[in-house]
Amino acid sequence: MPNPIKKPRFDESRIAYREVVEAGTPWMHEVKAGQYFRIVDLEGNQAVDTLFYNAHNHSERYSATDTIREQGNIYLTTGSVLRSNLVKPMLTIVDDTCGRHDTIGGACSAESNTVRYAIEKRHMHSCRDSFLTALGECDCYSQKAMTKSDLSSNINFFMNVPVSPEGHLDFDDGISAPGRYVEMLAHMDTLVLVSNCPQLNNPCNGYNPTPVEMVIWE
Amino acid sequence: MTEHHSKRSLEIIPPTDFIWSERLPGGAHWSGVIRRGTVLRLTDLEGGCNVAMLLNNLEVKNERYNMPDTLKAQKTAFLTKPNMCFTDMGRVVCSIIEDSCGWHDTLGGLSNASMLQKKYGEKTYQEAQDDYYKNGYDSLINELGKWGLNASDMMPNINWFSKVRVENNGSMTFIADNSKAGNYVDLRFEMDAIVCLSTAQHPLDPNPEYVPKPIEMRVVKAQPVKTDDASRLYRAENERAYYNTKIFYGENPDA
Repeated sequence: MPNPIKKPRFDESRIAYREVVEAGTPWMHEVKAGQYFRIVDLEGNQAVDTLFYNAHNHSERYSATDTIREQGNIYLTTGSVLRSNLVKPMLTIVDDTCGRHDTIGGACSAESNTVRYAIEKRHMHSCRDSFLTALGECDCYSQKAMTKSDLSSNINFFMNVPVSPEGHLDFDDGISAPGRYVEMLAHMDTLVLVSNCPQLNNPCNGYNPTPVEMVIWE
Repeated sequence: MTEHHSKRSLEIIPPTDFIWSERLPGGAHWSGVIRRGTVLRLTDLEGGCNVAMLLNNLEVKNERYNMPDTLKAQKTAFLTKPNMCFTDMGRVVCSIIEDSCGWHDTLGGLSNASMLQKKYGEKTYQEAQDDYYKNGYDSLINELGKWGLNASDMMPNINWFSKVRVENNGSMTFIADNSKAGNYVDLRFEMDAIVCLSTAQHPLDPNPEYVPKPIEMRVVKAQPVKTDDASRLYRAENERAYYNTKIFYGENPDA
């Protein structure tokens, strides 16, 4: 395990923003450089599908492959530097009471539901539909509106996707629990796009999507 | 044994099925359209090559190869026969119908300019002309631009012929010598696709020398895809993605 990272003591007076995001709901918000961003898994084993963009240039955004390759490990936890497609540090995970987060499992969509489960599951609510809803409603653009092309491979906070040396990959039961959280320090002004995952067909959120809390503090 | 019966004869293609072939040096980049119903064979000519690839639907360009959708549907962390490569729209862009290599990476991503500078130093066009050092990211940005695509389309890519093993603790190990001279992989395209590729070295290749290897690309007509096709039958997920693809092309998926 990486060494603990020094950071100021968290206390309620330092909170700049907090909001509970219901299950199945998107959330989009800017975290300023130097702020801490905490996601609390309120009821346990909830998948929080997350994308990051440079708030001043959306074509620079979180890159799963650059992040895992530069740290030499596919799992994210304390010490992980979340990097952009330009390989620049966007945020660093500074605290993590869950222990491990996924970034190769992607986000569910209506279309991937048809492939993974059944053609009739197309209509079911999905993360990528939530992402698109948020992009359509957002008034936070400093430049041209974002579209599906801007949805790259995301992080799934609190989700467990183990890979074996033989190359087997599967979604496994979660390792999170009520109240566990992950916390990041932003290195740039970062636009955060979250889908609090509505998936009902796999163990990514224990077949029971639940709310999470977003906390931004300084 | 006459020459006619030598090992090469196993690979003889009826002249009517051959469409085109082209050699590409190491460190080069290329893009083009590969049509539904044709097979792109990539051959590692000298061993140890890497082919970084992005795939986009020719008609709906923001439909593209999706690493997570491909891996989770087939419960794998790498690609080989008879895997299919899925798009983000629940369809198949291509099926891996032959593979003499056995493991192709899709987790390692691309090399970039600062990585090359650190690993190999610098060699410019002015000193070396076409032997100047080229990295995967800038090479693919260049090719994407030819089709009206840009950095937003820089998705997790495939690295044909490279192997990255994930240990139980999640650490990533580049396995050298994964591909031998003559290894090939056959991609049967199920969708008209824009293919962008770079033959730059894999970003995790520990070789301190800049020695990217050449490949051959060869396109032939595909045999008709039957209902007992190995890629379709591999998992129920594959058949459903193929079903979605048939519908996209206005074909009865159950015929």
